[in-house]
Amino acid sequence: MLLIHCPYCDETLPELEFAYAGEAHIARPEDPSTMSDEEWRDFLFIRSNPKGPHFERWRHVHGCARFFNAVRDTVSDRFLLTYKAGEPRPDLASLEAAQ
Amino acid sequence: MSQFRIPGKGRVDHAKTVRFAFDNREYTGLRGDTVASALLAHGVHLMGRSFKYHRPRGPVTADSAEPNALIGTSRGPGRFEPNTRATVQELREGLICESQNRLGALSFDFGAVNDALYPLFPAGFYYKTFMWPRSFWDKLYEPVIRRAAGLGRAPSEVDPDTYASRYLHADLLVVGAGPSGLMAALEAARAGVRVTLVDENAEMGGALLSDPGVEIDGRPAWDWLDATLAELASLGVRLMTRTTAIGYYHQNMIGLCQKLTDHLDEIADNAPRERMWRVRATRVVLAQGALEKPLVFHGNDRPGVMLAGAAQTYLHRYGVKVGTRAVIVTSHDSAYHAAFDLAAAGTRIVAIVETRAAPPETLRAEARVRGIELLAGHTVTGTRGRLRVASVTVNPVQGGRVGEPRMIHCDCLLMSGGWTPSLHLFSHTKGSLQWDAESNTFLPGRMTENCHIAGAGRGLWGFEAALTDGAKAGADAARALGNEAKAAPLSVAHDRPGTGESHRELPTDRRSSRVRAFIDFQNDVTAKDIRLAVREGMRSIEHVKRYTTNGMATDQGKMSNINGLMIAADAVGKAPPEVGLTTFRPPYTPTTFGAFAGYHRGATFEVTRRTPIDPWAEANGAVFEPVSLWRRAWYFPKGGEDMEAAVARECRATRASVGIFDASTLGKIEVAGPDAVEFMNRMYTNPWTKLAPGRCRYGVLLGEDGYIRDDGVIGRLSDELFHVTTTTGGAPRVLNMMEDYLQTEWPDLDVWLTSTTEQWATVALNGPNARKVLEGLVEGVDLSAEAMPHMSVAECRVAGFPARLFRLSFTGELGFEINVPARHGLALWEALMEAGRPHDITPYGTETMHVLRAEKGFIIVGQDTDGTVAPEDAGLGWAIGKKKPDFVGKRSLARPDLVAPGRKQLVGLLTEDGGVKLEEGAQIVLDPDQPLPMKMVGHVTSSYHSATLGRSIAMALIEGGHDMEGRDVYLPMPDGTHRARITSTAFYDPDGSRLKL
Ligand SMILES: [Zn+2]
Repeated sequence: MLLIHCPYCDETLPELEFAYAGEAHIARPEDPSTMSDEEWRDFLFIRSNPKGPHFERWRHVHGCARFFNAVRDTVSDRFLLTYKAGEPRPDLASLEAAQ
Repeated sequence: MSQFRIPGKGRVDHAKTVRFAFDNREYTGLRGDTVASALLAHGVHLMGRSFKYHRPRGPVTADSAEPNALIGTSRGPGRFEPNTRATVQELREGLICESQNRLGALSFDFGAVNDALYPLFPAGFYYKTFMWPRSFWDKLYEPVIRRAAGLGRAPSEVDPDTYASRYLHADLLVVGAGPSGLMAALEAARAGVRVTLVDENAEMGGALLSDPGVEIDGRPAWDWLDATLAELASLGVRLMTRTTAIGYYHQNMIGLCQKLTDHLDEIADNAPRERMWRVRATRVVLAQGALEKPLVFHGNDRPGVMLAGAAQTYLHRYGVKVGTRAVIVTSHDSAYHAAFDLAAAGTRIVAIVETRAAPPETLRAEARVRGIELLAGHTVTGTRGRLRVASVTVNPVQGGRVGEPRMIHCDCLLMSGGWTPSLHLFSHTKGSLQWDAESNTFLPGRMTENCHIAGAGRGLWGFEAALTDGAKAGADAARALGNEAKAAPLSVAHDRPGTGESHRELPTDRRSSRVRAFIDFQNDVTAKDIRLAVREGMRSIEHVKRYTTNGMATDQGKMSNINGLMIAADAVGKAPPEVGLTTFRPPYTPTTFGAFAGYHRGATFEVTRRTPIDPWAEANGAVFEPVSLWRRAWYFPKGGEDMEAAVARECRATRASVGIFDASTLGKIEVAGPDAVEFMNRMYTNPWTKLAPGRCRYGVLLGEDGYIRDDGVIGRLSDELFHVTTTTGGAPRVLNMMEDYLQTEWPDLDVWLTSTTEQWATVALNGPNARKVLEGLVEGVDLSAEAMPHMSVAECRVAGFPARLFRLSFTGELGFEINVPARHGLALWEALMEAGRPHDITPYGTETMHVLRAEKGFIIVGQDTDGTVAPEDAGLGWAIGKKKPDFVGKRSLARPDLVAPGRKQLVGLLTEDGGVKLEEGAQIVLDPDQPLPMKMVGHVTSSYHSATLGRSIAMALIEGGHDMEGRDVYLPMPDGTHRARITSTAFYDPDGSRLKL
C-alpha cells in the first residue's frame, strides 16, 4: 500500500484514503462544439500510458476530498511529486535530477 | 523410547509426551516436536505421495521450504487444514493428521500407476492435453488423471475460527531471528531504536538452534541465545515468533501472518487462530538466511533422502537421528559438519560422497580421524528401496567420465548442493539481483526500499560472518534513523565457515531416458522436463517455468529455482544471469484465506446500510434484497404469499387506492450557491435557467462520452438551491463527478456540493388516494392540483416535521415524496400508515416499484442502460437542452458512432403468449430459423408479470428498435423459441391522464 502526500492537507497518508482519477493536465476544451471528431476523440480516449513518470490525478476522497496532481513512476510505483490542481506541470528533468 | 530419539538431547521436553495420530495410527512425540520430527523419531520417513506420479515421499527439509511432507491436520468440525507442512506443524495433544494424495493406503497407492506411465506426462503435459482429441479429455483426463493428481482435499465445512487484523508502526522491523537478525535487532535496540523482530519458527535462534557447539563471546551458542533474547526483551523489543513475513510491499509495508493457536492443546473461546499484521516500518533488516539446495540425481526423491542441514536440525533441535546408516553426498563443506555431528550421536556415516575432486584438507582430516570413508570426485547415479532408501550407487568421475558403480547400503542419504540466499522478500520490492559467478547464485543488488540485508541472505557463510554482518546492519539502520550506533566486536569459537560448488544434474552413467532426477519435488518436475521444454522452444525462464510448472508449487520454488535455472541456462546455452530468475511473489509461504479476510466475513463482510424505516419493515415481515450497500424491503408478503402474489397485490392496491414506499436510499445532493443554476446547466442535459423555484424536473446526467450515467428528479427550492436526487447506487459516483468538474474544470463557479442522502428520510405515496392520505398531515402548503401541480416541490411541515415535499411520480399515479430529517423518518412513516388506514394503505417494496415503473416505461439506469446507451437510444431525447451551448457529454452526442444507424434502442416487448415472462438478459434474433451462430440483435433488459395488465411485459435494447414498432422478434431459449412484438415502452396509461388528479 502506497503512502501519498496530499498537497492540501500537507500530510502523507495511506493509499486507502485516496482514489485514482486518471491522467492529469487534460483540460476540457473551452468550446467542445468547435472540435473536429478526431480532436474530440483524442480528448476523450487517447492517453499517454508511459513507462516511467506519469502525470496523473488523485483525489483525497476519504479526507479533504480535493483533487490534486501527482507525478508517479509507473515502473517503480514511486511518487516523485504531488501538487495542487491548477499548478503548472512540473519540469520532469529537474524532478528526476532531484531524485 | 525409540532407537532414533536420543535421550536428553535437543530442545524438546523429554518429560512431556504428546499423543497424536497419523493415518489412523497412534503415536507419541515430545513437547516441542513437529509432526515430522515426531514421526522421524519413530523411524517413519514415508509421509506422503507426490503430486503427479504418486511417488512415495518423506521430508526433505526441517522447515517451511518443505515440498514433500504435506499433511492434512484436524482438530474437530470445520478445523481441517490441507497441505500443512509436517516440518512446521507443531505437535499438540490429540492432533489428528493424515497423508495426502494417495488412493488407498500410503504404503500401497493405486495412483502410483501414474509413475509407471510417466513417459505419458512430459513437460507441457497440461498444454499438450488441450490439443488431444476431445474424447481424451472426457474419458481419461477429467475422470482419471485429474483425480489422481493434486494436493490435499479442500475443507468442506465453515471455518469456526476467527482471524484478527492489526496495524503496526515500527522504526525498525527485523525479519528473521537467526544470528544476523538477532544482532541487528540488538545493536539497533541498544542505540535506542523501537525494534520489532519476527521469526516464522516456534522459537528464535535460527541456525544457532542447529549448531549448539558454536561459542559466541565465550558462551555456548544456546546460553548466548538465552542472554540475547533476555536483553532484547529488556530493551523493549517486540519479539514475535510463529510470525511469517509473507510479503514486502511498497514503502516498507510488510505483511506478517502470526499463528496463534495451531500449536496449543486447547483453544480459548474466541481466541483468534491467526493475526495479520500490516507493518509500516521506517527501516527494514532482512535476515532471512539461506536455503539449502538438493543435488539432482536419479532417485533423489526417495524417502530417507534429505538435506544434510535438515538432518543436523533434527539431531540438535529435536534429538532425533534420521537414520542409523547414513551416506552423505555433497558439494559444500557444510554437510561435513552434519556428518560429524551425526557420527558423534551414534549414526554410522558409511561414506561421504564428495562431488569435488579436492575438498578442504581440514575436513578430510576430520573425516579421517572419525574413520569416515571419503569418496572425493564421486557422483551418485541412483538410489534403491521401495518406500525408503536402502542403498545408493556411487561412481568415481574422472575427466568427465563416470567410472564403475559401487552400491552402498544405507537407511538415509543426506545431500547438500550448497546454499542459496532467501531472496523472496527482497524480490517483492523489485530489488535487482546480481549473479555471483563464484558461488553460482544470485545475490541482492540495488535496493528500492529503505532496507538492509544481512548475513547468509546476502551470501555470507559462517556464524562470525553472519553475527558481525547483522550487528553492522543494525547499527546502520540505527544511524539511518538518526541514532548514534557502533557495532560492538564479537568473538566466535568453533565456527563452521565453508564454501562449495554448484552443479546441474550430477554426472551419470545411466541412459538419459532412464534418469528421474527431481528438481521441483512438489510439482514432480525432473531435470529432463526442463531440457525438453527448452528443446520444444521455450527460451525465456518464465516460459520454462510455466511449461514445466517448475517453481509453481506452494513452496514457490524455494528449493528448485536455482537448480532449474542452472539446467535451463545450460540447455539454452547461455550464462545463468542472461536467462534470469523467475519472479517470486507473495505470500512467502502458503497463507490461510482466513488471515487475509480477517474480520471481513459473515455479518461484518461489508457494511449494511439501513434506512430509518428499516426496523418497521423488519417488524412487518418484509423480505429484503441488497441494493448496493443498502438492504431494502423487497416485498411485504401477507399470510403465506409468495413473491409473485405479494407483488401483484401491492401493485393492484397502489393503482386502486394508495401505496407507501420507503425511498430513503435515493441519493441526494444539495447544489447551492450563486452559480448553482449555471453549474446545473453544465452538468445535466436539461435546461435549468427557466425552472422556477418550487418546480422540479427529471434530469439526465451523461458522461463526457455521451452515455447515460445517472438520472433523477431535481427540485429547485430557491434561485440558489437545488435538491438533486440520484439513483440509489449512483450517489457517490455522481457527487465525485460533480466535484471533479467543479474543482478542476470550473473552479471559478461559486457552488457548494453536499451529500444529503443520509440526512433525509424519504417516503413515497402513490395512488389515486395519495392526496387524501397526506392532506390532514400537511401544514403550510396547499396540496390542490392547481396550487401544487405535478412536478412541484415545497418546503412545509408534514406530521409536524419540517419537510421537503415533492409532487412527482415514478408509478404513473398521483404521487408525492416526503423528505423529513432522517431521525423523524420512522415517525412520519407511522403517521402516514395511520392516516392511510381508511384507504387501505399498502406498503410495497422494490419489486413492486420496479413493476409499476416498467408499466409506464420509466427506465432504471444500470438495468435498462449499460454504459453504452445514449439519451436518444433510451427515448430520452426530449430531456436534452438542445439550445444550451454546452453540457457534459453534449459534443459526444454528435460523435459518428452515436449518430450512426443501427444503434441499440430501448423498446417495449410483448410476448405472443402473455403468460410467458421472458428472462432478463435473453438474446433476441430476427429469424429463428437462421443457421448457427445466429445474429443477435439485442437483449431483454427488464421483464415482469404485470397484474394491472394481466400479462407479461418487457423492455429490450434492439438494433434500430425505434423504427421496428409492430414487428415480431424471436427469443430462442432452452425450453423453446418465444415470439414477441415490439411496442412502445408505455404499456399503461400512455397519455398520463392518471397524473392529472
Ligand atoms: Zn487532503
